[in-house]
Amino acid sequence: MRRPLLVLRVIISVTWYKSSEASSVSSYLRIRNLYKNFGDFTALKDISLEIEEGEFVCFLGPSGCGKTTLLRAIAGLDLQSFGSIEQAGRDISALPIARRDFGIVFQSYALFPNLTIERNIAFGLENAGRSKTEITGRVAELLDLVDLADQGKKYPAQLSGGQQQRIALARAIATSPGLLLLDEPLSALDAKVRVHLRHQIKELQRKLGVTTVMVTHDQEEALSMADRIVVMNHGVIEQVGTPTEIYREPGSLFVADFIGETNQIHSTITAANGLTVGKCALRSAAHGFAQGQQVIVTIRPEDIIPHEPGSRRAESDHSALAVTVGEMEFLGSFWRSRLTGAELGDEVLYADFSINAVRRLSLAAGSALTIELPADRLIAFPAGGDDVGNG
Amino acid sequence: MSATAENLRPAGRPIKARLGRDDLAMRGFMAVIALYLVIALALPLYAMLSKSFSTYQFDLTSYEFQVSDDTGNFQTAPITAAALNETLQAVPSEDLATSSDGRLPATSFFPEFSFRSPMIYRIRGTGEDVSFLIGSERFSGTAWQEVDSNTFRRVMLRPVRSQGLQNYTTYFSTPSLFRSIENSLFISALSTIITVTLAFGFAYALSRSCMRFKGVFRLIALAPILVPSLLPGIALVYLFGNQGMIKGLLLGESIYGPIGIVIGSVFFTFPHAMLIITTALAISDARLYEAAESLKASRWKIFWTVTLPGARYGLISAAFVVFNLVITDFGLPKVIGGQYNMLAVDIYKQVIGQQNFEMGAVVSVVLLIPALVAFAVDRQVQKKQVALLSARSVPYQPRANPRADWLAFGYCSLVAVFIVGLLAVCQFAALIKFWPYDLSLSMNNYAFDLMDGGGWDSYYNSIQLALLTAVFGTLVVFTGGYMVEKIKGFETGRGLFQLLAMLPMAIPGMVLGLAYIFFFNDPRNPLNVFYGTMAILVICTVTHFYTVSHLTAVTALKQMDREFESVAASLKQPFHKLFRLVTVPVCLPTILDISIYLFVNAMTTVSAVVFLYSPTTTLASVAVLNMDDAGDIAPAAAMGMMIFYTNAGARILHLIISKGVLKRTQAWRFR
Amino acid sequence: MAFRRTCLTAVAAGLLVASTAAAETELTVYTAVEAEDLKRYAETFNQDHPDIKINWVRDSTGIITAKLLAEKNNPQADVIWGLAATSLLLLKTEGMLEAYAPKGVEKLDAKFVDKSTPPAWVGMDAWVASVCYNTVEAGKLGLTPPKTWKDLAKPEYAGHVIMPNPNSSGTGFLDVSSWLQIFGEDGGWDYMDKLHGNIARYTHSGSKPCKLAAAGEIPIGVSFAFRGAKSKAAGAPLEIIVPDEGVGWDMEATAIVAGTAKLEAAKTLVDWSVTKTANEMYNSGYAVVAMPGVAKPVEHFPDNLVEKMIDNDFEFAANNRKAILEEWQKRYDSKSEPKS
Repeated sequence: MRRPLLVLRVIISVTWYKSSEASSVSSYLRIRNLYKNFGDFTALKDISLEIEEGEFVCFLGPSGCGKTTLLRAIAGLDLQSFGSIEQAGRDISALPIARRDFGIVFQSYALFPNLTIERNIAFGLENAGRSKTEITGRVAELLDLVDLADQGKKYPAQLSGGQQQRIALARAIATSPGLLLLDEPLSALDAKVRVHLRHQIKELQRKLGVTTVMVTHDQEEALSMADRIVVMNHGVIEQVGTPTEIYREPGSLFVADFIGETNQIHSTITAANGLTVGKCALRSAAHGFAQGQQVIVTIRPEDIIPHEPGSRRAESDHSALAVTVGEMEFLGSFWRSRLTGAELGDEVLYADFSINAVRRLSLAAGSALTIELPADRLIAFPAGGDDVGNG
Repeated sequence: MSATAENLRPAGRPIKARLGRDDLAMRGFMAVIALYLVIALALPLYAMLSKSFSTYQFDLTSYEFQVSDDTGNFQTAPITAAALNETLQAVPSEDLATSSDGRLPATSFFPEFSFRSPMIYRIRGTGEDVSFLIGSERFSGTAWQEVDSNTFRRVMLRPVRSQGLQNYTTYFSTPSLFRSIENSLFISALSTIITVTLAFGFAYALSRSCMRFKGVFRLIALAPILVPSLLPGIALVYLFGNQGMIKGLLLGESIYGPIGIVIGSVFFTFPHAMLIITTALAISDARLYEAAESLKASRWKIFWTVTLPGARYGLISAAFVVFNLVITDFGLPKVIGGQYNMLAVDIYKQVIGQQNFEMGAVVSVVLLIPALVAFAVDRQVQKKQVALLSARSVPYQPRANPRADWLAFGYCSLVAVFIVGLLAVCQFAALIKFWPYDLSLSMNNYAFDLMDGGGWDSYYNSIQLALLTAVFGTLVVFTGGYMVEKIKGFETGRGLFQLLAMLPMAIPGMVLGLAYIFFFNDPRNPLNVFYGTMAILVICTVTHFYTVSHLTAVTALKQMDREFESVAASLKQPFHKLFRLVTVPVCLPTILDISIYLFVNAMTTVSAVVFLYSPTTTLASVAVLNMDDAGDIAPAAAMGMMIFYTNAGARILHLIISKGVLKRTQAWRFR
Repeated sequence: MAFRRTCLTAVAAGLLVASTAAAETELTVYTAVEAEDLKRYAETFNQDHPDIKINWVRDSTGIITAKLLAEKNNPQADVIWGLAATSLLLLKTEGMLEAYAPKGVEKLDAKFVDKSTPPAWVGMDAWVASVCYNTVEAGKLGLTPPKTWKDLAKPEYAGHVIMPNPNSSGTGFLDVSSWLQIFGEDGGWDYMDKLHGNIARYTHSGSKPCKLAAAGEIPIGVSFAFRGAKSKAAGAPLEIIVPDEGVGWDMEATAIVAGTAKLEAAKTLVDWSVTKTANEMYNSGYAVVAMPGVAKPVEHFPDNLVEKMIDNDFEFAANNRKAILEEWQKRYDSKSEPKS
């Protein structure tokens, strides 16, 4: 019997297998069976993860999920209780911070308030056998890189939040570390600056090719910036994948629910590729559940396709339902519509219809409508199970 | 896949951090400072505690007597004093307990003794270290000493040291001693009520009225911090003594006693209470007042339902701080207490007056109890107060109300007159040639070299002590605070350090000073080289005032970003570079605050150092005490005012330096 | 050449410094002598012995005694010069004094020398109890000057007398021990019971009652003659009364502290302390000094003082000190306020 989480596990272990077998070179950061206990509380449970060189990885999850704890373990700020961490083939599990190789940017930026911007950036460059001119040159270069070339003589408090953030970034990469750690770097900024900085950071990362781990609770940030996302919850990894994988093929009900928005429908399995939605049996993608089993089936609002009322192409087309439109909420680029109907039974669906579709079908509250639930967008998860699958 | 217990605690050993050079260095620093606190605090206190259990006992089994017949021949066998006492019951067992100074006449065991008898007596000890006196000559050992009967009456047995609770029994069965507990509690409670009430009014006027000269009033209210606690006592003698300027106001009551102690205590504890209550009032939420006013509550009702409850933690905290200050103060009751005994003075009397160190230790332990309780309660309250502080509130802005403002002004003026008055009286007395018979002005009273107390040298010594304490103390306290605040991991060590750092606040100065005698004057202690030096005074003073300085440092350090150290480490920079370039410059205002706090207190402290000064290290504050003690009251007042001016000068200097330093190093604060 | 000369000078200077350093011995001397006299004592001594530097540790008798006892196992003092004989007896019984017969000790009155051979201490001068009586303040209150100790216990003086606390003051203790010797043990306590009713308060130090009387703070202060004479000289309206029954006295005495590392210098100082020069020096404040025939009358000192000195039994005082003080404390210290 296959379960989504099982799938995830297999994927991870396959990745792990592949990388350990094929090339230990390409896997830059390797985390194995990591645990972190705070007294009786277990903040991280058996975390294993591989990060490739040059990759931009986001740890995403609700607050308290352990993402920051994992980052701090990688940095050596708070040592894990069990498990190992390798960076570039070197076991760094128990090394003090100073003997690891990373640059870090904190949510608070932690800029030294009494030192000028230049001296902040130069802080890590001193005492390393570099000449004064070398340091000055590097500082200028970094200031240029973050577009703050003329701000060097100022104190941090004289800069805006976004500017401070970029200084913190410049300071972190000044010594060209092998790994860049970003701990919620954008959460203290206002929305517009945040969006702007997202691109700037991503671009910078691409330019430098530095392996980067960023912690965030903002899914939009993760989706837009990361090469891969590690979704975490209650101290375990729920799913690892590219943004599209995470969004299109959530590995668990938690991921499906946490990333974007989704309809959740109580359903019963009718066949190896069929299940009920409301009163109708619909075709779905192949799942692994036994016939008659209770499941939760999910479909994202934008995956629901509207058709003319009564336009069932064939009786055998087990993807269409007749519904009535309830309230419609205008959300700028689309309308979110509440759908009910006899065929849905007690279930309520929300669908996002494009403005074009609404105009084409003259949809309004009370309109009758046929909707199509594409079989490959109906994804089933065990019912009653919480986000950690139950066997 | 269920999360079973075993995969939460996987097999294999937990990861143990490998310590970097910084970690080791920081732990090393912290260990050094912890060691300092252990040596300067824990060990002396332990020495004192064990001293309080050290008793002296006449050991009758260790003496043997032999008595001749009338012709001088020894016929009978030697007999021990214990055997004699058993048959005679001459000395009841409770009388065998004594102090180090005890003497027991040998004739006690010979009821038929007559100094005219022709009998000859022999006495010896049964061991080498048994000693006895013949007249003032000391003998010890097992050799027989033979004396005639007239000399025998001059034979005295000496006690040996043992361990037990007997000192405590003696203490609680001596009314003159344990009466002091009641006196101390009474005086402290009364002073606390009066001070807190007066200070609350003052603080209320400062923060809730729009009266004029608030800054001046605040400065005046803080002035008592700059003088030794015994100075108001001297002023009171001039005001209300038998030749006092306004003694009529006392209606025949004597100032020497509870009245004097309470008035003086109110004077010297006022600023402490005022500061705490002002802080408490400053944090109350203006929105509560707006709400109350919109409900049409009367001013009176607002006071009782909003103001008082909001300040209650401040009031409680102030009360315990004042209580603690009064009960542990020694200078004031010494000067103005007359025959009214208090615990802290008892320690002095026992140790200095009667050389009864053991009893001094017992009184110290007794004095520790109320001080510890007050300290513990205050800590609890402070925790709650902090919680209040962090809540988001809108500061209250007083609005003008002419009648109330004039009332506040009048009240504050009265308090200010009281404070300035006492100081002015001291200065006036210091300049009078011979009160009350020759009222011409003269500088005679400044000829300290002709008086007890160490002369002008003691003034210079005090300045030296204050400077050393400020520099050395700030260094130790700030470094210690930094290490304990910023070290990674090592929870047990940090917890222990915090405890050690908090302890000094609960230890009365007298107790600390006495503990130092026991610990540092022990010849077996290699640290006894410090005894009698300026170093021990510095160590003692730093330790005595450690807690407040430590808390100040830690508060400032807590405001620093927690991640500075992580950033520096990730940039492979040693912590000391960060400490030097960032921590110290950013905390400079706090560092200056700590040093002025230590300076002022080192100038005024009497209680701890009174047991520790030596001829080359006499101190101004102790000189005030000693000159008053010798009856040179005017010079005592003069010296007290010298301390005042020095401290005031130091404060002004501190202000100027702070401003200058701030301008130079804190430029980043201003956009 | 120039270089060589400088070198030589430097060496010579070095030698000079070294030799003075060797010659100069510093002695730590504990004393209870009045602060204003110390400088004079040291200067006079240094006229004869410039190579010995005295570092004074001056405090009241009680404190110095306490200090010495506290330092019993680790003495800081080299010499004690000017401490009550009663205290020195106490130290002697603790084995803290180095017995030594100073050169010329035989010229002293035997009363002033410790009975052991060699003596543990030698006396300097006598220090005699007296009553300081402020004529101005007494006049205001309509008091008549007391003539005897017994007078002082009369109700008319209630609240007008201050005396030192014997627990902390050597003067206080010599008063108490003298009353016990004059009136007998029971009579003495009886007397003190009555006197206690008149006492406004007990002071910590022995000179304070007289200074308070001089300042008019109290009309009558039980103190010692020397203090009274000084205050009178300073212009205080004082009369120094010597009660008829006789007055207690104590000696100021000198001793070497056992275990001193500077025994030779200590002996030099103690030798000097019994010379005629020294005795003449003591005479400036004390009417009675150890060397017979030296004493000249002291200004403002009562004439009959010497005759009135009781035959003091120091051994009694020292050996019963603890018992007397305990009894005193039990009787008078337990009352939080004096009866008046």
